[in-house]
This record gives sequence, structure tokens and C-alpha cells, in this order.
Amino acid sequence: MKLESRIPSGPIENKWTSHKMSMPLINPANKRKFKIIVVGTGLAGSSAAATLSELGYQVESFCFQDSPRRAHSIAAQGGINAAKNYQNDGDSVRRLAYDTVKGGDFRGRESNIYRLAEVSVNIIDQCVAQGVPFAREYGGHLSNRSFGGAQVSRTFYARGQTGQQLLIGAYQALEKQIHTGSVRMHTRHEMLELVTIDGHARGIITRDMVSGKVEAWAADAVVLATGGYGNAYFLSTNAKGCNVTATWRAAKKGAGFANPCYTQIHPTCIPQAGDYQSKLTLMSESLRNDGRVWAPKKKGDTRAPDQIPEDERDYYLERKYPSFGNLAPRDIASRAAKQVCDEGRGVGPGGRGVFLDFADAIKRLGKKVISERYGNLFDMYTTITGEDPYSVPMRIYPAVHYTMGGLWVDYNLMSNLPGLHVIGEANFSDHGANRLGASALMQGLADGYFVLPYTIGAYLATAKQPKVTTDHPEFKKAVADVNTRTAKFLSIKGKRTVDSFHRQLGNMMWEKCGMARNDKGLNELLKEIPALREEFWQNVNVPGSADNLNTALEKAGRVADFFEFCETMAMDALDRDESCGGHFREEHEDEGEAKRNDEKFSHVSVWEVTGDKPVRHKEPLVFEAFHPSVRSYK
Amino acid sequence: MKLKLHVWRQPNKDQAGAMKDYAVEGVSEHMSFLEMMDTLNEQLMNKGEEPVAFDHDCREGICGSCSMVINGLPHGGHKGVTVCQLHMRHFKDGDEIFIEPWRAKAFPVLKDLVVDRAAFDRIVASGGYVSVATGGAPDANALPIPKKEADLSMDAAACIGCGACVAACKNASAMLFTAAKASHLNHLPQGQPERFERVKNMSMQMDAEGFGTCTNLSQCEAVCPKEISVRVIAEFNADLIKAQVKG
Ligand SMILES: Cc1cc2nc3c(=O)[nH]c(=O)nc-3n(C[C@H](O)[C@H](O)[C@H](O)COP(=O)(O)OP(=O)(O)OC[C@H]3O[C@@H](n4cnc5c(N)ncnc54)[C@H](O)[C@@H]3O)c2cc1C
Ligand code: FES
Repeated sequence: MKLESRIPSGPIENKWTSHKMSMPLINPANKRKFKIIVVGTGLAGSSAAATLSELGYQVESFCFQDSPRRAHSIAAQGGINAAKNYQNDGDSVRRLAYDTVKGGDFRGRESNIYRLAEVSVNIIDQCVAQGVPFAREYGGHLSNRSFGGAQVSRTFYARGQTGQQLLIGAYQALEKQIHTGSVRMHTRHEMLELVTIDGHARGIITRDMVSGKVEAWAADAVVLATGGYGNAYFLSTNAKGCNVTATWRAAKKGAGFANPCYTQIHPTCIPQAGDYQSKLTLMSESLRNDGRVWAPKKKGDTRAPDQIPEDERDYYLERKYPSFGNLAPRDIASRAAKQVCDEGRGVGPGGRGVFLDFADAIKRLGKKVISERYGNLFDMYTTITGEDPYSVPMRIYPAVHYTMGGLWVDYNLMSNLPGLHVIGEANFSDHGANRLGASALMQGLADGYFVLPYTIGAYLATAKQPKVTTDHPEFKKAVADVNTRTAKFLSIKGKRTVDSFHRQLGNMMWEKCGMARNDKGLNELLKEIPALREEFWQNVNVPGSADNLNTALEKAGRVADFFEFCETMAMDALDRDESCGGHFREEHEDEGEAKRNDEKFSHVSVWEVTGDKPVRHKEPLVFEAFHPSVRSYK
Repeated sequence: MKLKLHVWRQPNKDQAGAMKDYAVEGVSEHMSFLEMMDTLNEQLMNKGEEPVAFDHDCREGICGSCSMVINGLPHGGHKGVTVCQLHMRHFKDGDEIFIEPWRAKAFPVLKDLVVDRAAFDRIVASGGYVSVATGGAPDANALPIPKKEADLSMDAAACIGCGACVAACKNASAMLFTAAKASHLNHLPQGQPERFERVKNMSMQMDAEGFGTCTNLSQCEAVCPKEISVRVIAEFNADLIKAQVKG
């Protein structure tokens, strides 16, 4: 596997500008001759599809929901970062880049990250021009707040619905282009294969989720914007449809999968209530701006929170991280909560929870201000738990939330398969081993509006590939592969539902490849996953037929891919014998903090999964602008 | 608890559907309504039957996928919640529950409780945006917007496009959805240049899709999970008149 990162030379401040100058251009009349497939309509996919079509390319856009507006990006609550420095608190492109590199525990690629920070300022301008109703001050100017892991206020937000408003902006831009006929939209279409010809990505195979029709689509380039794989764990804060299928299918065709073991566990989610639970709900990190996290000092303390006197409470984040306090980054806050619960000091059912308490904030600012800031989140909490957070502290516990790993891409956001571009959460490049709050939305829109539209032109201008149609034997073969797999699922007629397998797999992953990992557990997991996978292929029950809307069949395909993917994830976690960011190997810690090993692991692990056994390749990480240091928030 | 369900089953778009009865057991009051449906589906599949198809994704009330009429009311009729946020603590052991899809000519049923809402996307495509291409936008703070206007815009922009408004309306009108989109943009300076064209085009598209006319019954407001106010409809009608006068 050849991994050429194509990082431009020169000082970090000039890389993107000089790269843009050096990339070949395609004249506007010729852009029309190129067709680009964009899979996914979240922030990354919608913004890319709209912008590419504005530039003149023909775009075919796909999503599995019934409307592009329902992509998982819609659920983001807290906000989006940008180095605008509107608050005059010392923010800058360089500071945002540094915070992101450090937040990722020096496991991200600094050149990509610097570019992300650079274009972040354009995103806010673009969104405002589209009519995104960001929160404003009485003077009419944009309002900001601070977010976990940052000491400046650089987060823009729209009530608790930032993802929704940004996605609607991008969706409207997409619909505008659909109206002109330059984007063709295919909703309720699931991508099930990537097609490569002569080593280049040339198309995809989809299944129409209503009629069951399996179809081939040919193009000059393919863009995957298919989001993250957090649902490998079954229970996560992700929408139910989130999956690894598109990126895993591409990996099976030769695209490298980078750092699959980097997953983010978010500290503030509503604890699980029962075995029937289908997903976990996030309580925005912004709550930590005013809420104080604590647990009882005494083990097994079952008193109601208001019966526990002040001196018997442990505000452990404030105690351990005095300079960041409750705003410590996610991986650190999550781990601290786990430690407290492992010590037997957890609260609520099963002792898996800690308090997030607003009593002080309400005393200081009044109930009205708190309700203005967090009203919708408090309501959401009440709807789910039946408790009132204005009078009783919230109970929270960490949950799987985001995946930093993804398909490997170069500086141009192209994978090692020429023509295959990967943007948004689906790629690996910008967040290292831990993502800071409010920077996924930033990355999705940076990739889609301001990076890919330039870089994809460089590929198209130089690739010089012949036009292909879906009559090519590779397309026929890929269609046949999809049909064979579907027929197989329907023929097993076993005794267990797809969900029952998914739950079991997810639980195994959570226990042994979740918040804490160790050599023994991972080795066990690597035996347990193949055993369960075998049972799946013998004993799964997929009722219904192939030529109709069939939700069980859709899930079966996704879970089958999770089974294969999870094994690679566990291998990566075992291989990375250090702790960094969200990847915490219990063997490598320093008073509970992750202990990196830069000498041995300052690289991206890229997995080639086309053979019998996954093979690990490396892209060494080079830090020229930002020097790796011990990541301390004390 | 144990419940008696009556669920709309329809094999596909072209075949007729009917209500079917099911008993579902082992429902906890902490479950969400969709988790109760998951439980039913697991029970059905374990008996070798096909699960009930329904749309869902985020399960936290923001994507607008979930769409069920429960006992005659879209999303079950609890203030400000979608079906996925409705919890079983609002029901009791032995309850009988009727579960149906959105019903409207412009929303054909695709299977069981799944309907086709693509008409909403086409209404947006007809003008629900600011015609600005990527790049070249002025600095975001160059144009201050009074907080009051920004808040009114945001109130309307909270729409999740679920279609409950259509399902609740006896005329199956899409007025609340369409007017909310117009209000989101028309309260902002960025939305002004296309304001009147926008309402005209969106209104024409709404008719072309086969949605009914609005007769101001406000059922839509009552069931809207985002509590969008019918004031957006008044604004829309006022703009439509101005648009017609302007020609
Ligand atoms: C509850 C929650 C809150 C969050 N809050 C924040 C926040 O405040 N700030 C922040 O920066 N980030 C936040 N995040 C993270 C952020 O929302 C996501 O990382 C980001 O939106 C991902 O965008 P995306 O465009 O890459 O993918 P997505 O939005 O996940 O979109 C994926 C798209 O791909 C399509 N797709 C997937 N697979 C297939 C397939 N096989 N075939 C066809 N189509 C397919 C889907 O239909 C969809 O259109 C949050 C995440 C969660 C879960
Ligand atoms: S499933 Fe998303 S709103 Fe109900």
C-alpha cells in the first residue's frame, strides 16, 4: 500500500495558499464533462455536493434517509468553532490549530489541522450569508461561548440546534442546485459496493431501499461523506442508521483504514436505563460551562443528592484539573467519571453515573438565565428520565459518541485509491486521538465547502482516465456480489434477530475495547468476535424479501460489516501499545492519565484489509510547527 | 406492562393495507415508544413474521424521521415531542393503542408506517433558500441583525420537516411547513431580495404536490413537535398578497 501524504512544503502558514496556486485548474466549460458521485448528505456531503455543482460539475448525490436533511449531522447540539476572535480574547488561527493538535494528543496531521483552522473563518461567513440563524447579542452581533478543552470563546451556536441549522443551510444550498438540475438526488439509496477500474475509483453500487433494485453508477470520481462508525458499539449517541458499510466496502477494495481504534467517549450522556435501550442521548457539553460535576466521597452512598453535605462531595474535575476544571477535554472527563464509578462512588441504577449539578449556577444567575441557555436540554432530560434538573442534579455517564478513525486520506482528502475522496467524520485526518468539542461540524463544512472543491479538480485534471459506463465487467461483478450477499442473508433463516447479534457485539466492544483497553481483554476479544460472527452467518434470521422495503435486511448488511470492522478495530487497539487521547491502554498510564510513547507510536496506523488478514502500514507523523508535549490540563 | 396494539400493515405502495392486532408484552415504563415498537418487532421476528416498518433515525426528536399517528394524533399528541421522545410512562398496563402512518395524498404510504415525504424537499427546492454560492461572503459580523428578528427567524427554523402538520390537517395542507421555511428566511436581511418570489414559488409548488388549502384551523400548531406558531402562516399570506400585487 502506497501512502503519499502530499503535504506541501514550506512554512505551515503558507502551505494551503501555495498549494492552491500550484494545483492545476479545469476550465469552467470542461467541468461540465466530469461526473462526481457524492455519498452522504451530512454537513460534509451536502456542502460538497452543492459547491461542486456550483462550480459546474455534474453531481450524483446519495443518502439512505428519506431526505438529505435528515443526515446525522442534524443532531449536533453544541456549536461550531471558528478562529474569528470576535471576543477579543486572544484567539487566532494558530491557537485554534494548536488546541486541535494538542487536543488530539499529537496524533493528527498538523498540516491538515492548520488548514482547517485557516478556513474556519470562511465557514461562519458562508453560513451567515445562507441565512443560518446563529445566536446573537442585543447589539446584533454574533454570540460565542467556550467549549470543552478551550480557554477562549470561539464557539458559534444556534440555541441547542447548531447541527440542525448548519445542515439546513447546506441542505438548502443542495436543494437550490437540485432545482437547477445540476445535482441529481437519490434518497433511500444505500451504497453497498465501491467499484474500482485500473486502480481508480469509478463508481458505486446501491440498493434502492424501497423497491430493492440494485443499481450501478459510474463517474469520474467518488466522494464518501458517510459519517462515523460509533454504532459498532450498538449503544451510542449516533443516529440508528449510522454505519461503517460505505467506508468498509471501500476498504475491502483497497482503501486504507486509518486508526480504527480512535473512538471518542463523550462524558455527558444520560445513563443507560435498561436492556431494551436502543440508543444513548447526549447532553451537550456546553452544560459543563455552568454545571459542576461531582460524586459522593463515600462508596455506595445512596442518599439523595440534596442530603449529601458539601464536604462529603467530590468535585473531582475541579480537584484534579484546577485550570480547566469542569471544562477538561472529553477523553479526560470521561475517564475520570469511569474511575469514580469503578471505585464504587457512582450514583443511580447500577452505580454507573455521576452528578452534573446546576444548583450553584441557578443561585448565581437565576433560573431564568439558566433556562435561556439550556432550556431545551433540560426539557430533553426531563422527557427521557422524568426528573427535573432545575431541582435535582442531572445524572450523566460517558457514552460512545464520535470516531476519529476513518479512511486514510492525503492532504487533498484523497484516499490511497486514486479518485476516491473521503470527507467529514468518515476520514481520519484532523482530530488525532481525541476530538475537541465543536470541531466536527467545523471539519465537515471545511472539507465540503472549502477544501475538496479545490483539491478534487487537481485529481480530475491529471488523472486522464477513459470514460466508463456501467456495462464494464467490474460493475457487473459488483452488482452480482451485492445480490449474492443479499440472497445469503435471506437464505439463513436462523433463530436470532440481527439486533440481538448487534447488541452482543456492541457489548463485547464496550467492555473490552471501550473506555479502557488492555492486552488480555483485546486478545480475548479477538477470539470472541470471529466466534460470534460465525454464529451470525449460521443463525441470523432475516425475514422478508429482497425486492421490497426490508428493514431487517438493511440492518443485516450493516451488522455483517461491523463484525469484520470490529476485528480490525480490536487489532489496532492491541497494536497501539501506548495510551493517547481516547485510546487508553491500562498498561500505559501515569496517575490515571494517558501516557503516550512518541518514540514508537508517532504514526498513523493504516490497515490494508484486502487479504486474509489485515496488515498494518504506517504514515509517520511529522511535527514542524507544533512540538509534541505532555498533554496536561492541570 | 402488556399492551394491545392495532397497527397499520401495508405490504407496499400498490397493495391495500389494513389494521392488524398484536399483543406486546414486557413493556417497561422507561422505554420510548419506538423501543416499545422494537420490542414488538423482536417478538414478531422470533415468530418468523416480518417486522413493522417505520421511519426513525436520531431518536432524539431532531431529524424528523419518525412519523406515526397514535390514537388519532400525530406523534401521540403530547406537547412538544416527537414519537421517538414519547415515553411509555404515559401509558398503562392493558392500554389499547392505534398506530397509523401519516395520511395525505401528497404523502403516499410506501410500507406499513413509512410514507414518502419527498414533496417537502421539492417545496424547498422551489425557493426555500438564499441564492448564494459558496465563497465571497462578507464578514459574518459586517451585517448586525437585531436579536429580536434573529430569534423570530430561529423560532421558524426549528421546523424538523416531519410532516405532522400535514397529517393533523383535515385538508392535508402543508402550510405550516412551507410558511415556517419562508419565515426563517424572510426575517433575515439575507432573505429580502428573494422574499416575494420565494413565497410565490413555494406556494405554487405546494399546490402542485397535491397538498390541500389552509383553512386556518390551527390543528398543525397543536401537534407540531417544535411548537411552531401559526403566526408564520399569517406572515406568509401577507407576503403572498404583496407578491401578487407586485405581479
Ligand atoms: C448527538 C451528537 C451531538 C453532536 N454535537 C456536535 C457539536 O455540537 N459540535 C460538533 O462539532 N460536532 C458534534 N457532533 C459530531 C458531528 O455531528 C458529526 O461528526 C458530523 O455531523 C458528521 O458529519 P458528516 O457529514 O461527516 O456525516 P453525517 O452527518 O453522519 O452524514 C452521513 C451521511 O452519509 C449517508 N450514508 C452513510 N452511509 C451510507 C451508505 N452506506 N449509503 C448511502 N448513504 C450513506 C447518510 O445518509 C448521511 O447522509 C455531534 C454528534 C452527535 C452524535
Ligand atoms: S427519530 Fe429523529 S425525530 Fe424521531
